[in-house]
Amino acid sequence: MSENLIELKNISKRFGGVRALDSVSMNIRPGEIHCLAGENGSGKSTIIKVMSGVYTPEEGQILISGEPVSKLDPIKAVQNGIQVIWQDFSLFGNLTVAENLALNTYILEGRGRMDWARARKMAREVLARLDVELDIDADVETLPTSGKQIVAIARAILAEARLIIMDEPTTALTRHEVDALFAIVRDLQAQGIAVLFVSHKMREMLEISDRLTVFRNGKKVAEGQMSEFDEPAITRAMTGLELEEQPYVANISADTAPVLEVKNLCVPGIVEGVDLELRPGEIVGISGLIGSGRTELARALFGMENARADTFRIGGRDIFPRSVQEAIGLGIAYVPEDRLSEGLFLTQSIERNMVVSIMDRLRKGLFLDRKAMRSKTEDMFATMQIAAPSADTAVGNLSGGNAQRVMLGRWLLTGAKILILNGPTVGVDVGSKAKIHKIIRDLAHKEGLAVVMISDDVPELTGNCNRIHVMHGGRFVAHFEGQAMSEDQINDSLKALK
Amino acid sequence: MRRLQSTEAVIAVVLILAMVLIGLVNPAFWGVGNLFSLAKSNVIIGIMALGVLLVMISGGIDVSFPAIAAAALYITVRTMVTLDYDGVLLPFMAACVIGVGLGAFNAFIIDRFKMIPLIVTLGTASIVRGLVLGLLGTSIVNINKMPHGLIAFGSQDIAAATASNGANVGLTAMVLVYGAIALVIHFVLRHTMTGRSVYAYGGDPEAARRAGVNTRRTIYFVYCTAGLLAGFAGLLHSSMIWQANPRDFVGLELDVIAAVVLGGASIFGGRGSVLGTMIGVFTLVMVKNSLILMKVDTTWQRVVVGAIIILATAITAWRDRKKLA
Repeated sequence: MSENLIELKNISKRFGGVRALDSVSMNIRPGEIHCLAGENGSGKSTIIKVMSGVYTPEEGQILISGEPVSKLDPIKAVQNGIQVIWQDFSLFGNLTVAENLALNTYILEGRGRMDWARARKMAREVLARLDVELDIDADVETLPTSGKQIVAIARAILAEARLIIMDEPTTALTRHEVDALFAIVRDLQAQGIAVLFVSHKMREMLEISDRLTVFRNGKKVAEGQMSEFDEPAITRAMTGLELEEQPYVANISADTAPVLEVKNLCVPGIVEGVDLELRPGEIVGISGLIGSGRTELARALFGMENARADTFRIGGRDIFPRSVQEAIGLGIAYVPEDRLSEGLFLTQSIERNMVVSIMDRLRKGLFLDRKAMRSKTEDMFATMQIAAPSADTAVGNLSGGNAQRVMLGRWLLTGAKILILNGPTVGVDVGSKAKIHKIIRDLAHKEGLAVVMISDDVPELTGNCNRIHVMHGGRFVAHFEGQAMSEDQINDSLKALK
Repeated sequence: MRRLQSTEAVIAVVLILAMVLIGLVNPAFWGVGNLFSLAKSNVIIGIMALGVLLVMISGGIDVSFPAIAAAALYITVRTMVTLDYDGVLLPFMAACVIGVGLGAFNAFIIDRFKMIPLIVTLGTASIVRGLVLGLLGTSIVNINKMPHGLIAFGSQDIAAATASNGANVGLTAMVLVYGAIALVIHFVLRHTMTGRSVYAYGGDPEAARRAGVNTRRTIYFVYCTAGLLAGFAGLLHSSMIWQANPRDFVGLELDVIAAVVLGGASIFGGRGSVLGTMIGVFTLVMVKNSLILMKVDTTWQRVVVGAIIILATAITAWRDRKKLA
C-alpha cells in the first residue's frame, strides 16, 4: 500500500506545437486538502483532465494507490474514485436534487427502473453525511450556486469518491458560502476523502489547504506544505516575477505644470465638491467604499455626468468636457469597471477593438488606411504584451487580463494624456495583474501620462500610486503620500468610515 | 416535479373554466353525443402528441409525424387491398414498423450529422410525402374498397347512449387504446431509466453524456417511438374514418405541437408530462370542436390554433424567466 492516492510521474502533454505539460510530477495523499495553483495557461486544467482520464498524456506514468494504470479513461478514473466538479457543475437543472444525485449511480449500476424511493433515501443520507439541509424535491435550477455546488459534491461522494477535484470552487460564492464550503471540505477530509482545489485565490487557499503545488508554463515550479508558503511566495512561484513592492515614485519636478486642475467639482447629490490636481507622470489613487461617489467622479471627469466645477483646467486651458467625444478630444480616457459589457466588442478582432476610437483619424479618402491601422495596432499589441496568436484574434477568446490590455491599448491610441482607470484588474489573475501594473507605471514614468486609479484593492493602490485620496460621501476625506501611504493606514481609514 | 404538477393543475383549471364558459354559451356542448364525439377526436391527436411529447422533452422537435402517419396508413392499406388481406394485428404491426423505420431515419441524421431536428424532420416530411404520392399514387381508398377487418376494428364502441335528438351515439373503444398507450408512455417516462435519460438529455446534453447516458440510444429511442406512435395512429385513424387518404394529416403538426406546449412541455426540452399533454390535447380539441359548434369558419380555426401556440409558449417562457429571477 502506497501512501499516495494518486501519483503522476513525468507527465507530458502537447497540443499541436504547445507543450501544455512538460514532464510534470505530482502526488496527492489520501485525505489531504491539496491546492493546485497557477495562472491561466499554466497547465492546471490540463493536469485535471489527465487525472480524470479525459486526456491521455504522451509520456509519463499514472499510479493509483501505488499501482500503475495504463490508459486511464474517464470510466476507469471514476471507478478509482476520482471525481471532478467542473465550474459548470454538470447538473440537470430540470431534475430534482434527489434525481440528480441518484442518476449517475443508477446508470453505473445499469438499472432499467427508476427507483424514486431509493433515490430520495440516498439523497437524504448523503446530505446528512455532509451535514447540510437541502430540499431534495426542489429542481436544481432553483438552487443558488452554493446549493448546486453541494449537490455536485454529494454526487461525487455517492460515486464513492476518494479524490474530489474542484475547479475554481469559490469564484461565484460569497464569503459566508465559502466558509460553509470549507466546513464541508473539512468534513470530507475527516472521512478520508482527498480534495484537490484548483484556484488562484491565494488567501482562501492558504486558509484551507495542507499542501500546495504550483504550475507555471506547463511545469511544476513549487510544491510543499502550505505552512512553508506565504502569499508573496506563491505569487512569485506562479508568475516567476519578483513583484515590485516599492511604492511608485513619480518622475516629476516641482515646477511641472498640472495637466488637470479641478476645483469644487460637484455632481448633484453624489459628488460634493472635490479638488483634484494631476501632473504628468503621476498615478493618483482613489479609494472608497461603494457609494462613495468615486465612480461618479470618474464619469464626471469623462463628461458622462451632469457636473459642474468652479475650475476645470486641462493643460492650462479652462474647458469643461460636456460629452464623451469632447473628453476624448481633450485627451481624457476612461476604462470602466465592467470592461466586458461596457467597452469591448467580443466577437471582433483585437485590431478592430483597438482602432475603433481613432477610426476617423485613420481615414484615407472614403476608405480606412489599412496599413496605418495595422502598424498602429502592431505597436500597441507589443507595448501591451498581449498574449494572443495575432491581432486578428477575437477579443472574446482572450483572458481577462489580456482583454483589459486591449482596452488600455485602445485608449492610449487616442493619444490620451489623462487616463482614468476604474478597477483596472478586477477578475484578472496575479501575473497578468502585475503586467498591467507595470505597463501603467511605465506609461506614467516614461511617457508622462497622468493616471487616476480607482480601486477596491488597497495593495494595488499602495503599490502603484504616488498619492492616494480616500473618498467618502462625495468628498475626499483623507490623503496619503510617501511614507504615510501604507496598506494598514488606508485600511484603517476605510474602516473608520463604515 | 412538484412544479410540473402545479403546471398541470393550472392547465386543468384553465380547461375546466373553458368548459364551463363554452357550456354557458352553448348548452349543446354538454350533450352526450358531443362529449362522445369530443372523446373520439382526442384519440388520434392524443397518440401523436405523446410521441411529440417525448421528442420535445429531449429538447428536439418533430414535424414529420403527420407525413409518417399518412405514409404508414396508405402503404399498409394499399398493400392490404392489393393482397386482398383482411387481418388487423398484422397491418397494425406493419404500420408501426414503417413508423419506426422513418423515425430511425430522423434519428440517424440528427445523431450522425448533429443537425437541428426541425430541419431534419421538415426534410423527412417532404421526402416521405413525395415518395408516397409519387410511387403509390394519389387515389383515396374509400369505404367500398377498405378492408372490412379494419373498419370493424375501428367501429367498436364501449358505451352507447341516446342523444337528446333521439339518435344513438356510441363512445369509441379507441379511447381505451389511447388510454393504454398513455399509461405505458407515462410509466416509461416516469419510472424507467430510459425515460429519465430523455429528461436528462433534454435538460443538458453535455451533462447527460458526462453522467454516462447513452445519448445515441436516447435519440433513437425518442424519434423511433415518435415514429411508431405516428404510424400506429395513422392506421387507427384510417380504420376509424373508413378511408385511406395519402394526403391525410396535412397541417396537423401545428395542432399537435400546440397541444403539447399547452400541456406544459418546454420548447427548450427537459420538461413535460403525459398528464399535462393529455389535458393540453383535450383543451385544444375542445376549443376547435366548440368553434365548429358555434359555426365559426374552419379557416378561423387556424388563427385560434396559432394564437394558442404563441400564448402557451409565452406563458411557459414567462414562467421560466420568473423562476430564474
